Amino acid sequence: METERKDLTPDLFGAVEIDEREGERIAGPPVGFWKDSWRRLKKNRGALISLGVITLLFLMAFILGPLLSQYGPYAQDLSRRFQGPSAEFWFGTDDFGRDLWSRVWAGTRVSLYIAFLAAAIDLLVGVPYGAISGYLGGRIDDIMQRIIEVLVGIPGLIVAILAMTVFSPGIITLSIAVAFTGWVYMARIVRGRMLQLKEQEFALASRSLGAKGFYLIRKHLIPNSLGPIIVNMMFTIPTAIFYEAFLSFIGLGIQVPRASLGSLIDSAAAEIRFHPYLLVFPSIIFVLLMVCFNLLADGLRDAFDPKMRK
Amino acid sequence: MLRYVLKRAAYMIVTLFIIISITFFISKLLPGTPFADEKLTPQLREVLFEKYGLDEPLYVQYARYMLNVAQGDLGNSFYFEGTPVTQMILQRLPVSAFLGVQAVILGLVLGLGLGIIAALKHNTWWDTLAVVVAVIGIAVPTFVLGPILQYIFAVQLGWFPVAFFESWWHSVLPTLALSVFVISTVARFVRTEMLEVLGQDYVTLAKAKGLSGLAVILRHVLRNAMIPLVTVLAPLTIYLITGSLVVEKIFVIPGIGEMFVSSIQVNDYSMILGTTIFFSVLFIIALLIQDILYGIIDPRIRVAGGKE
Amino acid sequence: MAMNGDTILQVRDLAVSFKTYAGEVQAVRGVSFDLRRGETLAIVGESGSGKSVTAKSLMRLLPEGNSEIKGGEAIFEGQDLLKLSEKQMQKMRGPKIAMVFQDPMTSLDPTMRVGNQITESLRKHLRMSRRRANERAIELLKMVGIPNAEERSRQYPHQFSGGMRQRVVIAIALACDPKVLIADEPTTALDVTIQAQILELLRDLQERLGMSIILITHDLGVVAQTAHRVAVMYAGKIVETGTVREVFYNPQMPYTWGLIASIPLPTADRSQELIPIPGSPPDMLDPPKGCPFAPRCPYAMKVCTQEMPPYTTFSPEHRAACWLHHPLAPDVEPPIKVEDRR
Repeated sequence: METERKDLTPDLFGAVEIDEREGERIAGPPVGFWKDSWRRLKKNRGALISLGVITLLFLMAFILGPLLSQYGPYAQDLSRRFQGPSAEFWFGTDDFGRDLWSRVWAGTRVSLYIAFLAAAIDLLVGVPYGAISGYLGGRIDDIMQRIIEVLVGIPGLIVAILAMTVFSPGIITLSIAVAFTGWVYMARIVRGRMLQLKEQEFALASRSLGAKGFYLIRKHLIPNSLGPIIVNMMFTIPTAIFYEAFLSFIGLGIQVPRASLGSLIDSAAAEIRFHPYLLVFPSIIFVLLMVCFNLLADGLRDAFDPKMRK
Repeated sequence: MLRYVLKRAAYMIVTLFIIISITFFISKLLPGTPFADEKLTPQLREVLFEKYGLDEPLYVQYARYMLNVAQGDLGNSFYFEGTPVTQMILQRLPVSAFLGVQAVILGLVLGLGLGIIAALKHNTWWDTLAVVVAVIGIAVPTFVLGPILQYIFAVQLGWFPVAFFESWWHSVLPTLALSVFVISTVARFVRTEMLEVLGQDYVTLAKAKGLSGLAVILRHVLRNAMIPLVTVLAPLTIYLITGSLVVEKIFVIPGIGEMFVSSIQVNDYSMILGTTIFFSVLFIIALLIQDILYGIIDPRIRVAGGKE
Repeated sequence: MAMNGDTILQVRDLAVSFKTYAGEVQAVRGVSFDLRRGETLAIVGESGSGKSVTAKSLMRLLPEGNSEIKGGEAIFEGQDLLKLSEKQMQKMRGPKIAMVFQDPMTSLDPTMRVGNQITESLRKHLRMSRRRANERAIELLKMVGIPNAEERSRQYPHQFSGGMRQRVVIAIALACDPKVLIADEPTTALDVTIQAQILELLRDLQERLGMSIILITHDLGVVAQTAHRVAVMYAGKIVETGTVREVFYNPQMPYTWGLIASIPLPTADRSQELIPIPGSPPDMLDPPKGCPFAPRCPYAMKVCTQEMPPYTTFSPEHRAACWLHHPLAPDVEPPIKVEDRR
């Protein structure tokens, strides 16, 4: 095995200084949770484009859309019914001669309102409910869980239909109805996290130093659950947008003459034989909203929890 | 196992009880009962109140309502005077059920196929196709897809009838519109689960036994990947309900969904509430079956539930 | 190192790489060893040293897609395992070579009765009838020490404890009477008392069935109890190999010295410190061109950082790769702790 080789000179067998720290060197600067998540999100092209499109839709719906049109969403003029897209009416006009461009952006505004109201309710009800249930544990948790078990059996659709039948069908009613069952999932997720976290060392350490109750929940448990909370909230948004459009489509949501993407699609579907352009614009905007919010939520989930990536 | 089933069933009954109670009180709050009409003379109103039991104390009315619902009596339609809601639902059930079952079968076959192929050919164009279909299924809801299908295949190409329900050909487009969501849900679910299971140690062990690739997939991978698919049952039911409202409205199909949407337009409250209860029962039964199936299929749950 | 009649498996220059986002990870870089009939060869190393990858490559069970066998051969009964088709390989897995995995909690299919998981390979390889296979499965369960085997065979994995599950996994591996059993950290996930039982079982089964075992472990205690020969792996290479006696009592390279010095001795008084090896193994994305242990080696010389040392042979079985054995190298005494163990 051993061969004599000329190129091995004695000086090669001198001791060499090994920097011990070299082996322990850490490859990069430490990266925090948020920075790390953002870095991963930035690598997800779909999510990033979605974020851009959502921002653009926001701008169009709230600022540019209304600004660029001289007709409001409600101005009727029966002399200009069913005009196809033109330089004057970019998206055309509907059966009452209303400007579809303005109506589409008005509808987008409704969708976005609902989305964020529903997400807010999700946060305001679901998070505290889950946090309290998970943190307190024992009998109270038991009772709160039973309530959830019962609520899970009530489909959101039924709640929405009932609410819209009884109360005046406005944006607030709509978002409460939409969020009514959504928060249950949020509560379950937060409770699960709480149960997991409260037994971990840092929580025990904080408790042994005298922290308790709301302080502990607020300072340690909620911040450590923010990832799942945000992700779940992001998934609530497209669901809420869908429910609003769906309810408006079947006639239970936003009432005429107010515009919603759902009701616009509804009236377009009735005219599909002769005026298909009516369907095109609200559908595109709606599908864009759904795709982008879903991709963004997916991206956030992957960014916050690489283990969940499939 | 029996205890687990009974426990689930008990929850469902409580849930149902609450839903029906809510509908009862809502029906009391509604502005548009036919007897609120100001043109009615007080005498006539009294007669009507007596006839419908509305002069009795609330709790008696409540008890009677509950009893009726328990017997399957959902009251009479306000709009089609005197016709029982239950009878109208049952009349229209076969059409809706036919569409729903056809869409689920199509969705399961295509969804399973696509999901399995996507997972086995991970990172190929099959996989991409499955992901794209999944996104379409979520982002393009029935009320957008329906009119598009109608326009392209019925209005423009003339391959299928535009609307109504007179032959099997009439059911093709509505079934397609309904099934896209099923396909995408099932495909996405199966793909994710398969990928998860394929990485498990017990799959490596199965390969280490010298089983063929096909045997490993049929006996170990599919079996484990299919179990969570059961949890799609309840969400799918609720989807089929919402989907049927939309599809039946778009294609003017005489099912429960179409009836429900028209009763909204004419403010037929007893019909709306009655159908709502019917939908709730449907959903809750699906939820119960889902829970029980999950218990039967997955031995881990079977015992855990039994010991509890 | 010629293949003698006793050798059942001959591995030469095995090299395996993984493709990752960061680049190619060279997990195994030229591993050679022989496995004799009826012996237990232990492959020892820290996590990431490539020992499990070596085992999985012999079974051809590396994850598809991102792993690649870059070279080498593994001759078993005149056939190179690394070149067999998937179909031919399926005939080897089970009746010829079988494997026991690290984590018994995850290596059984949760949805299948334990008995059926054993009969699967009996029916496939030995073409047994369902009834005969069931009987055999119960025999196997009895053989690996599972009480109430008949009843147990109809139960699901979650009804078994970790130790019992590992016995089931062993029963599955032994079902078709394999010539070679690869045990990949079979006791790592178990309690110490259960560990001893499983090792005892393996030793006992080996005596009765006469198979050869490759035991992958990071635990030198396990090696001392069960193995005949040892190969020490570091950074994808075998750095020292020999009989258990030779490697434990006469180790010939600083990494092995370090490993042995870090085992606690029950007889030693408390004043004797355990000596950890400083630092951590090299990055296999970019392995050092010289001896991989050089950056952590207290005896490192310039040559160590420049070229991989050749093997020096000390006895028919005992070899080590270290520049300290070159005639030009200074004489170095192993640390006292190793001396103590003689």
